[in-house]
Amino acid sequence: MTILAWLIPISLSLGAVGLLAFLYTVRSNQYDDPEGDSRRILSDDWDDHPRP
Amino acid sequence: MTALSAAACPGCLATPVEMPAPPVEDARIALSLPGIHCQACISTVERTLNAVPGVRAARVNLTLKRALIDAAPDVSATDLAALLQGAGYEAHELDADTLAATKTDAAGRALLIRLAVAGFAAMNVMLLSVSVWSGASDATRDMFHWISAAIALPCIAYAGQPFFLGAYRALRARRLSMDVPISLGIVLALATSLWETTLSGHHAWFDAALTLTFFLLAGRYLDHRARAIARSAAEELTALEVPRATRLDHGVETEVPVAALKVGDLVLVRPGGRMPVDGEVIDGRSEIDRSLLTGETLPVFAAPGLLVSAGEVNLTGPLTLRANAVGAETSLHRMAELVAIAESGRANYTPLADAMARMYAPAVHVLSGASLLGWFLATGDLRLSLNIAAAVLIITCPCALGLAVPAVTTAASGRLFRKGLLVKDATALERLAEADCVVFDKTGTLTAGTPDVTNLHDHADALPLALALAQGSRHPLSVALTRAIRAEGIAPAAVTELREIPGYGTEGRLNGQTVRLGRAAWMGAPEDGDTAAWLSTGTGAPLPFRFTDALRDGAQEAVAALKASGKRVILLSGDSEGPVRTLAGRLGIDDWHAAALPADKATLVRRLGEEGVRVLMVGDGLNDTAALAAAHVSISPASALDAARTASDMVLLGTSLAPIADACAIARAATARIRENFTIAILYNCVAVPLAIAGLATPLIAALAMSASSITVSLNALRLGGRE
Repeated sequence: MTILAWLIPISLSLGAVGLLAFLYTVRSNQYDDPEGDSRRILSDDWDDHPRP
Repeated sequence: MTALSAAACPGCLATPVEMPAPPVEDARIALSLPGIHCQACISTVERTLNAVPGVRAARVNLTLKRALIDAAPDVSATDLAALLQGAGYEAHELDADTLAATKTDAAGRALLIRLAVAGFAAMNVMLLSVSVWSGASDATRDMFHWISAAIALPCIAYAGQPFFLGAYRALRARRLSMDVPISLGIVLALATSLWETTLSGHHAWFDAALTLTFFLLAGRYLDHRARAIARSAAEELTALEVPRATRLDHGVETEVPVAALKVGDLVLVRPGGRMPVDGEVIDGRSEIDRSLLTGETLPVFAAPGLLVSAGEVNLTGPLTLRANAVGAETSLHRMAELVAIAESGRANYTPLADAMARMYAPAVHVLSGASLLGWFLATGDLRLSLNIAAAVLIITCPCALGLAVPAVTTAASGRLFRKGLLVKDATALERLAEADCVVFDKTGTLTAGTPDVTNLHDHADALPLALALAQGSRHPLSVALTRAIRAEGIAPAAVTELREIPGYGTEGRLNGQTVRLGRAAWMGAPEDGDTAAWLSTGTGAPLPFRFTDALRDGAQEAVAALKASGKRVILLSGDSEGPVRTLAGRLGIDDWHAAALPADKATLVRRLGEEGVRVLMVGDGLNDTAALAAAHVSISPASALDAARTASDMVLLGTSLAPIADACAIARAATARIRENFTIAILYNCVAVPLAIAGLATPLIAALAMSASSITVSLNALRLGGRE
């Protein structure tokens, strides 16, 4: 059962990583334009070179 | 919309080459782009805008169909809009100040973060709980309980704040809301669980408390989002009317915001423009359309000395006004303030959810208290009785009840939005479902505000002459006459020396005779109250062309459908008797009132309300605002004045009235669905509560009952949105 001492902190920190990632997306306005963002990925403007 | 591929979008087949912009931090200009719908549109618009010198950054938001532009002060929104029109996109300027208010939805974001925290904690604690339910014992179980407590306590302290605050506010106002049993349930569950954990007991309710918080927050968030969407759409309508005016400074015209005007300023109003201030005409002759304020369709002659109010529309000639009252002092604003006082129609309405809470909350507290007391008297064991009381509270906790209303209103508002109806008020759907009488305004609501000629064929010989005189003018009657005569395929007569005399009509010469088309008084013809333009051919008596207002799209269908569904339909207009009677006859409305003043309208609506009739008021003018506010529920078209839209619960986005009848049906279906949801939630309780009182409920049963009822309720609500 000593494995629990490892598994529980690991699973908790993985969950926390997910939570923090979500908080980051909320704070950086990534839900302001879900429809536009889903379309922008289709753009081939920057396929050949990155945006300057 | 999602099925459209990039290439399928008309108007933007060109491959974009230039860079899309980074996010716009400090947008000065906002444009509404109702026509964009694909990736290529985004690229083209951004490329077009970024190519303009002075534009620092431009970014399109496809969800809101809007472009935000950060530009140098010398770049004007009007030019950018014209540029985009040229590129093939419909573009309208938005008032950035009006939009700024909703730019960041801080409350929605906070709710979303709380929801995420509750979800994270619920998932982790549920994992630990599953191992306890599957047989973890002794030290392992205690450790799991302690870890659960360590996660649950801080997370609930953060995520549960909306409920705790709501409960505190309700208790301080000495009433019971749904938040009170929720908060009590959560707190009691946490307290007993913590106590159990210190005594290494079998059952802890940490997972139940967290799941409850999670589901309830989901309900809150849905509710908030539906309202935020409606609010942002309503604000966009307001922002479309950019308040600008032309000020005359010693003869020099300057374009200024309406807010910058002061009493005594000279303001130029061009034909087609709306008066920005209350004032006195000091120069120019014209006709003004007061229909939005008074409901009368007959244009009023304007000459120096006439007092005009903000909101009236100038029709034929340019007018110079001296401002008597500006901003909040204008009669338009004073009327809007009257509305705030008149707000009585819905003040005494109890939303279904509150009615439910009033019944439910005391019952829950009594049940829980009784089981605590009963078990304590029977066994003398405080720990056991507290455990059972907590179980009763958790199981009865209105988790499904919290979702019952928001899930339905979200689904129903979404469906109405697709039909072109914006629901602004949270309880508007419930109130609309109760409406049994519909009061319509005439001008601008049942009629489109564009006149139609009724007696074209009475003067067949004079039509070429009438066309020649009418086609040069922008007066609405002339425009309607031109359209009708052109449709007959008639060519204009050769009239010379054509000139428009603002406020009177058009004059010219034909075969040496002076010919005129215009007001009755100008021809020496009698005024008879009907909307008419008179034609003087130079010989004989002047000929009248009579007009009637064209019906708004879907007016006929809406009235017919409302009558078919057994509702009383009343026509209430500020216009004179003749046109109102004609219109009532056309639509088959028996109950009509003409020449009603704004106060009369409000009184009639209020009197109906006092008789127990639930009135749905549909109106667009300033003269309707008090009535809109006094009615049980109200709808105004998007073309209405800002004040009218503010006063009403719902806004029709399209031009057709047809969605009104649908909306009534959807609202009734939604209310039925809400009642069903309450029944489902109560049925679950009926099964689970006896178990809890008998002391047989375990955290596992609580978790199952809670999730199952919440999911059933949400699925039941979704049935409403799915059917088209």
